[in-house]
Parts: sequence; C-alpha cells; structure tokens
Amino acid sequence: MIRGVDKQTPFRWLLMVFLSFLTVGLGYAVLSLPAQTPGLSDYVAENIENSGVSNPVTAVLLNFRGYDTLLEIGVLLLALLGVWSLGGITKQRESSPGPVLDMLSRMLVPLLILVAGYLLWIGAHAPGGAFQAGAVLGAAGVLLLLAGWRPGARFSGLPLRITLVTGLGMFVAVGIVLILVGRRLLEYLPPFAGALILLIEAAATLSIGITLAALFLGGRPEVGPRR
Amino acid sequence: MEAVTLLQSVFDTVLGLALLWLAWRALASPDLFRAIVLFIAFGLLMALAWVRLDAPDIALAEAAIGAGLTGALLLAALARLESRNETKMLHKNDNESEAHDQGC
Repeated sequence: MIRGVDKQTPFRWLLMVFLSFLTVGLGYAVLSLPAQTPGLSDYVAENIENSGVSNPVTAVLLNFRGYDTLLEIGVLLLALLGVWSLGGITKQRESSPGPVLDMLSRMLVPLLILVAGYLLWIGAHAPGGAFQAGAVLGAAGVLLLLAGWRPGARFSGLPLRITLVTGLGMFVAVGIVLILVGRRLLEYLPPFAGALILLIEAAATLSIGITLAALFLGGRPEVGPRR
Repeated sequence: MEAVTLLQSVFDTVLGLALLWLAWRALASPDLFRAIVLFIAFGLLMALAWVRLDAPDIALAEAAIGAGLTGALLLAALARLESRNETKMLHKNDNESEAHDQGC
C-alpha cells in the first residue's frame, strides 16, 4: 500500500545486480547442458510391467516416486491449513448468482464429476491421474461456490476434515501396511500394484478436489449447527 | 511434409513469443484485474506449449490448476482485497453491495 519509493532505490540496484548474476548463471547452466541426455525413460520402460499401470507418468508419480507424490499431497493440505489458520470466512456474500450461472452450474457440475472420474480411471493407461481429476473436481466445487452454494454446517465439521485428509491418510496407510508386510515404504507387491494405485488415486482425487474448493472458499467454514 | 514442419515451427515461435509477451504484460500491468486475466491467458497458452512439447499430462495439470484454479483463487483474493481496501475499481461485478456497506 505505502511504498517508500526513495528508500527502495538502492535495493533496486541491488536487485538488478542480483538478477543479472542469476541470468548469467542460468544462461551458463542451460548452455552447459549436454545436447541429448538419455534420462531415466529407459529404466521406466524396463520396469513398467511391474508398476501395475501402463502410463509411464502415472507409474513414476504413484509407484517409482510415490514418496514425492505423498509429500505433494501433504503440501496441499498444509497450504489449506495455512489459509484456515488466518481465520474463518470473513463474510457471507449474499449476491444472487443470476439465472445463467445457476443453470450452468447445474448442468456442468455433474459433467465435471464425470470427467474427474474418467481422468482418474484413464490415468492408468493414458494422460490423466489424481491431480488432474482432483483439479476438475475442485473446479466443480468452485463453480458451486460461485453459484452461491455453501457447505452446510453439518458437513463442514468433522466430515469435511476427514474428507480432506483421506488422500494423505490412504497414502500413509498403504505405506505403513506395506512396511508391516515386510516391503519398504510404498514398495508395492506387483500383483496388487494396480489396485493399490487406483485406491490411493481415488482417495487423493477426492481430497485434492475438496482441498482446492476449500482454498477457494478462503477460510475455515463454521463448525457446528447454528440455531 | 516441408510445409507442415514450417507451419509447426512458425506456430511454435508465435506461441513462445506470445508467452513471453503475456508474462511481461501480466507482470507490468498496474491493474491487478487485468494482470490476473493475462495470467490466466498465459496459463492456457502454456498448456498449449506443453502439448507441443509432447507432455499432455503436464498440459492437463497446467490448464486445470495453472490457468483455472489459480486464476479463480487470484480473482477471489482480488475481490477480498478490494472490499477491504475500499478502492473504487471498475471491475466489480458482484460485490457492489459490499462496497456500499463499507463506503461510509
């Protein structure tokens, strides 16, 4: 809001010097890259049969580097916790959505849920997967929120929280069960890999979708019935 | 085949330049609403660029999260900023009643 323009001038020069160094460094890094790297795609192609899915991207995200995806879902949850820690919803907007938005949301939300399910299912063989499906689900939630829908007080307490942590919880639970069985964390048994990945992805899709919609809502929904 | 390759390289060049231009406009625009719209357009073109780079997975994620949800989140944040700062911006569609409430 209030910017000390006079005070910022030396910092501006410092910033420019820093950015110049960054540009030179980045340019050097790009130019010193080898022209053609073999990458890890050969390893992925060799082991794709054991991964339980045939889409290499899903195989890497949910099987070979499942740990990263676990942490990503955790980060998303942390982001929501950060937003919620800022307080509740400041004010309920009482604007009426208008007939077009109302009608559109009624028609689009079921379609978006269907598309999310499709993306989740197709992720095993083709581009798609939990994050894309979750984002589409989140878009459906945003559309509902724009059209004036608010989660009821009954849903916004424990049920909402349980839904939010389902994805991370399912991921961690599968990892722990695998450790108990004698494997390493998220080292699936090949015969069950496909089913486990689908299970984790389904839970993650739901959680990601609800998390993104809750991020759009922008604050902690009020808990408990208000009478 | 030659014509197709030429057309593709022309398309890629235009796409790359448009991305750079949109990014610059989004950063340099003083109007926040305009900047957000430019950012959404940037995300959509970026998704197109990912498709051109044969990365449809990232293209899907970019279009859904980078352009769609981030844009919606930014617009929601802007609406909140405006209603808090009591600024008289032109681009208010649905929160005029709030502005009236806070105006006094």
